[in-house]
Amino acid sequence: MPQTVTEKILAAHAGKEYVEPGELISAKVDVLLGNDITAPLAIREFERVGVPVFDPAAVVMVPDHFTPNKDIKSAEQAKVMREFARRHDLPNYFEVGRMGIEHCLLPEQGLVGPGDVVIGADSHTCTYGALGAFATGVGSTDLAAAMALGETWFKVPESLKFVYTGKLGPWVGGKDLILHAIGEIGVEGALYCAMEFCGPVIENLSLDGRLTMCNMAVEAGAKNGIIAADDKTDAYVRGRARRPYRVFASDPDAGYKKVYEFDVSDLEPCVACPHLPDNVRPVSRAGDVKIDQVVVGSCTNGRMDDLRLAARVLSGRKVHKNVRMIVIPGTQEIYLQALKEGLIETFIVAGAVFSTPTCGPCLGGHMGILAKGERAVSTTNRNFVGRMGHPESEVYLANPAVAAASAIAGRIAGPEEVS
Amino acid sequence: MTEGNVFKFGDNVDTDLIIPARYLNTSDPAELALHCMEDADPTFAGRVQSGDVIVAGANFGCGSSREHAPVAIKAAGVACVVARSFARIFYRNAFNIGLPILECAEAESVPTGSRVRVDLDTGRITVVGTGQEYQARPIPPFMQAIVTAGGLIPYVIGRAEAGK
Repeated sequence: MPQTVTEKILAAHAGKEYVEPGELISAKVDVLLGNDITAPLAIREFERVGVPVFDPAAVVMVPDHFTPNKDIKSAEQAKVMREFARRHDLPNYFEVGRMGIEHCLLPEQGLVGPGDVVIGADSHTCTYGALGAFATGVGSTDLAAAMALGETWFKVPESLKFVYTGKLGPWVGGKDLILHAIGEIGVEGALYCAMEFCGPVIENLSLDGRLTMCNMAVEAGAKNGIIAADDKTDAYVRGRARRPYRVFASDPDAGYKKVYEFDVSDLEPCVACPHLPDNVRPVSRAGDVKIDQVVVGSCTNGRMDDLRLAARVLSGRKVHKNVRMIVIPGTQEIYLQALKEGLIETFIVAGAVFSTPTCGPCLGGHMGILAKGERAVSTTNRNFVGRMGHPESEVYLANPAVAAASAIAGRIAGPEEVS
Repeated sequence: MTEGNVFKFGDNVDTDLIIPARYLNTSDPAELALHCMEDADPTFAGRVQSGDVIVAGANFGCGSSREHAPVAIKAAGVACVVARSFARIFYRNAFNIGLPILECAEAESVPTGSRVRVDLDTGRITVVGTGQEYQARPIPPFMQAIVTAGGLIPYVIGRAEAGK
């Protein structure tokens, strides 16, 4: 029976030959993830059950949302997670100073590989689909139950296929490919489905770009985003993976709920205007939008490709006097690499701030909160009402080149306008 | 059967509207309830009463996996949420923490400011006074059992103890 890559991974973890969309299965989980916001709730529920963690090495905990802690309450939350990690001897707890934004950190550390089933108490867990894994966000209670059992239940999703053809323009990347798709299908266009990305454009896309794409699958309502592992994936995972991995691919005659074909040769860099990620238009049609803040970073665009791109646009130029630019590397390793490549100097000379890894500004946590009436261009993933601060502030989502160009121009601008 | 006042919201009510991240430095339900729906309707937490019902359009609960969202709604006293559709993580989280939610194709036509009786067993929603009725998809019995137990963990503990 022909199957999609998502179906094959789920079948393998459910101990079945094949699974069908809509089927309810119980599947083994390879990696379970919690952060400083979601883990404390999961720990509270887990401890009510009163059993040991099924496999301490499978549970990954990362304090990244309100860390370094912004106040006493967030410090107490982080402490709950830290003490749990020590009590249960979790080898994959990453303390401040050795941590990173979770969805940048796990692939980098080789904790996720092709063919894995990953659940995380964070909606952007779907990022790992870029490595050919089935990865999905769950709540704290589901995390708690899976920490006890090592498995969880899933409804097998129907798959949507997104085929990208053509040749990408110079400033167009993974962020634009996913924003374009979300703009086309809407924020509930993939509700309860798997989004499978393929085609020559995806084959040529870097791993960093692929991670950006799968990261935002949840913004279309998807259960998971996925790109079947290929030679590029193998080159990335080899030498990192801490466990053996298994590569799955969709059968040519696998069943899809719908197939979308996008020729992206003429695609411009995209901007998602307030207040939903599907409010997408080309940067040239964003209008004259004055901005107060620019953020480059997050689990969407805080990787090396992203920092290099932003630095290339900023090099030899200055951030506009009315703009605050915040650059946040995804992990300590990315921080160090940016340092070695001289990118940090470029950012600082341009007048930007360079931060330790944190999710802070993306969710209006800390390190870049917007005041009433302020506007930001951000490489993050959500532009909901109040997402980055005051409910009357605005967030425009864009790729790192557009973010950097906008920081220079003081308004939403494409990189060609400032070069 | 539950009866309460209706609070209406539109499509794509996201988890940041339900409970903004600025309040997520705690997971105390009572504290979260004080800020429930704050960025959609700042008066909500002050007006909502035990047994009230949230009625919304499509894709309710989209965005974050934060379980704090259904926790805040439940702790605010809301008896159930009726929407045309739910975002998938929110759907799962709501049952896991014992908040009943109902999918109803006609959710948008439930009158604003009305009072409704909701039969969680059958999915029937009746407007008090006019008797107007709406049919939601009934909650499967095992998921009702999870809600009745107060969520997935108490349900699992209860099942384990019953099996002893």
